[in-house]
Amino acid sequence: MASALALVALSAPFFRAVPLPENSMFQRIGAEKKHGNPLFKGKDFRRVSMTVSVNVSRFEGVTMAPPDPILGVSEAFRVDTNDLKLNLGVGAYRTEELQPYVLNVVKKAEKLMLERGENKEYLPIEGLAAFNKVTAELLFGADNSVIQEGRVATIQGLSGTGSLRLAAAFIQRYFPDAKALISSPTWGNHKNIFNDARVPWSEYRYYDPRTVGLDFDGMVADIKAAPDGSFVLLHGCAHNPTGIDPTPEQWEKIADVIQEKNHIPFFDVAYQGFASGSLDADAYSVRLFVKRGFELLVAQSYSKNLGLYAERIGAINVVCSSSDAGTRVKSQLKRLARPMYSNPPVHGARIVANVVGDPILFNEWKQEMELMAGRIKNVRQRLYENLSQKDKSGKDWSFVLKQIGMFSYTGLHKAQSDHMTDKWHIYMTKDGRISLAGLSLSKCEYLADAIIDSFHNVD
Amino acid sequence: MGDANMRAELVSPGRRLGTLARHLGVDYSPASSSLMASHNASEIVTPSPTAGSYDGSVFANVVQAPEDPILGVTVAYNKDPSPVKVNLGVGAYRTEDGKPLVLNVVRRAEQLLVNDPSRVKEYLPITGLADFNKLSAKLIFGADSPAIQENRVATVQCLSGTGSLRVGGEFLARHHHEHTIYIPQLTWGNHPKVFTLAGLSVKTYRYYDPTTRGLNFQGLLEDLNMAPCGAIVLLHACAHNPTGVDPTLDQWEQIRLLIRSKGLLPFFDSAYQGFASGNLEADAQSIRMFVADGGECLTAQSYAKNMGLYGERVGALSIVCKSADVAVRVESQLKLVIRPMYSNPPIHGASIVATILKDREMYHEWTIELKAMADRIIRMRQQLFDALRTRGTPGDWSHIIKQIGMFTFTGLNREQVTFMTKEYHIYMTSDGRISMAGLSSKTVPHLADAIHAAVARIK
Repeated sequence: MASALALVALSAPFFRAVPLPENSMFQRIGAEKKHGNPLFKGKDFRRVSMTVSVNVSRFEGVTMAPPDPILGVSEAFRVDTNDLKLNLGVGAYRTEELQPYVLNVVKKAEKLMLERGENKEYLPIEGLAAFNKVTAELLFGADNSVIQEGRVATIQGLSGTGSLRLAAAFIQRYFPDAKALISSPTWGNHKNIFNDARVPWSEYRYYDPRTVGLDFDGMVADIKAAPDGSFVLLHGCAHNPTGIDPTPEQWEKIADVIQEKNHIPFFDVAYQGFASGSLDADAYSVRLFVKRGFELLVAQSYSKNLGLYAERIGAINVVCSSSDAGTRVKSQLKRLARPMYSNPPVHGARIVANVVGDPILFNEWKQEMELMAGRIKNVRQRLYENLSQKDKSGKDWSFVLKQIGMFSYTGLHKAQSDHMTDKWHIYMTKDGRISLAGLSLSKCEYLADAIIDSFHNVD
Repeated sequence: MGDANMRAELVSPGRRLGTLARHLGVDYSPASSSLMASHNASEIVTPSPTAGSYDGSVFANVVQAPEDPILGVTVAYNKDPSPVKVNLGVGAYRTEDGKPLVLNVVRRAEQLLVNDPSRVKEYLPITGLADFNKLSAKLIFGADSPAIQENRVATVQCLSGTGSLRVGGEFLARHHHEHTIYIPQLTWGNHPKVFTLAGLSVKTYRYYDPTTRGLNFQGLLEDLNMAPCGAIVLLHACAHNPTGVDPTLDQWEQIRLLIRSKGLLPFFDSAYQGFASGNLEADAQSIRMFVADGGECLTAQSYAKNMGLYGERVGALSIVCKSADVAVRVESQLKLVIRPMYSNPPIHGASIVATILKDREMYHEWTIELKAMADRIIRMRQQLFDALRTRGTPGDWSHIIKQIGMFTFTGLNREQVTFMTKEYHIYMTSDGRISMAGLSSKTVPHLADAIHAAVARIK
């Protein structure tokens, strides 16, 4: 008993006192006897149980974490019973019938894989070689000099998030003084990734609420003002959450200021092919920077463009000035992956290798991707038409057409977004972002009514 | 160990700037503190890594990382053209024919999944597949475990054993007051790296006794007795890797009493449940003893070996808490660790596991296939032991049949191992560890010859 008390005293600063039911330890002993555990003699166990039961949980001080702002939206949608409810929260593609979509080429690839009866051995730390090869080629173009010269270090990663995290860990280790620059706004998880990797970050202006467009001058000024050698996080296409992308001319100017400041471009490419429907068009910004001779990083994801969300398949690519540097960088990325998860999951990688590496499936994929991107463009068009026709105020809604990709920044602020949910049962994130992938043509009119109402009638 | 590597390879900022300055022809004295101390970007000229048009690479200071020692064995094996070569390096099961094995029940589960038209690839929740989590907790703790009945277990799907250890380690580094983890001397090579990168400080406790080739139980108790209250203790649930030396049940009980009386926090690594003895319950005994006393613990569970799902990266982290309320809060904080690492886990492997575990007939088939694998390994142990006895190889080789699990710590030294590789084309790690799973009846004689020769020629 004395030792137990001493234990409590020792640990006093670390445990919040929680009154335990008086008979708790006896309950436990009773239960033990009922199960008849042959491993314990009653007496010894009783002593131990007392020692244990006066302790509070080591984790008593752990507070409840807030729900994820993006994923929490779907949860709220799920419990809403209203017939008119619409989920424009999470960024997963939906068909016109608002159903999840597994691409036909993916189904074909999985059937092929099943027929072949492949084994489930560990992949190398850097992932499936065939996957890495087709992924780099998809991004840069197979005939790109960086590929021909072997200057790209590609490591299979856990989709976009995992690839970003590996890159961030690499930055922290090899550029410990360097900062990351992220757009304001950006995908909510970017900050978390850099925080957990202990890479300091600051924001560059991006979204201009007055124009519901790009604050280009602010962007350039902020990139210029940052310390030399910063890592500039750029969305390759279909900026998340705004849907606003720089024009080709603006990309050139962004490249100029990055070059001037000896910054390192760090692209997040989550929508190649999914934004415009064209794989090459969506890779324009990355390929521009490569052509201009930058060493750069690209985190890539197949979640949206191949609909492989849950398979967690992507890659981190590092374009280096020499193949020797590429080899060294790859070896160090592996050293970061090994203590995180040892080696990446094989299933998604094989699907990608089979689809992208087979000419017939690759072409079929391109067609399916054009359909997905096309559907989103159609709903944008319909939404714009509905907004323009129904809103008598003369407000310019054309930004809906100018924005690209799955998401649109409506320009609604938090109170207005809340109104969308409370009155209209439309679920979206509080920053005014809607996912067009979750919108059907038949619901555009309802959405337009809701947006017009929220915009004009809520302050 | 990992820590030392890291420090050795990180070039200090001063040295890096000095090198760059030389390239640029800038006068830079390391003694001058202005370059280092000043944080004002406009004041100092920071020679950035990309400055200058020399052979300059941003990644100039990134050195080639050494090959992973365990995986490097297979690399060397693959290069060897000898027809009698044997790979006893990496810990993946092989059949009598030396081939990788995909369990029949796994193939069946996969068929069901791939052919199910209603199956989608939507993002899993951050915590993973709910069914998988519940079934995994039941598997390791027992379906009737009070901890489960009382909802005191927070279980999250992770990337196999490594991922579970890493997420657990990161959680503890954030939420546990004591940041030291004690790992056994010896242990799996990746353990220190995982915990160091998770933010914990790694110490060791004595474990393996080379003179007896068994457990240094006194040393273990002494070292854990010196640990500060709240320190985390890594325990191999069964089939210790790399030694194959496990405590007896009596010894486990003493370890448990010591850990509970010192207020230490146990963290179990369970990579071989069912694979070690052939019996799922027996291999979970150590963990269940700890859970039965009502105390808290962490468990990292892997399905890589026991379901042969190596490349799918399936595992689970369970944290057994004092109360259901604490478990809920703990789970919410685990999500904050996972989201910036890879957002949510891969679906394929977890679906296979859930399909098997929830179907009575498939579960039963699994236990049979599992026992067959374990039995084959036990047979190899016996055959090797007999073969050495037949050859009259000097020394006590009984540890071969006493040790448990996939690996045997032969006790052979580095020179003897090198000799065996060179003369007999036996590939194994230089610490004398062999993977019994890589042996067959056909190759046992060759290995016995090699050991016999090594022991004779080299002391």
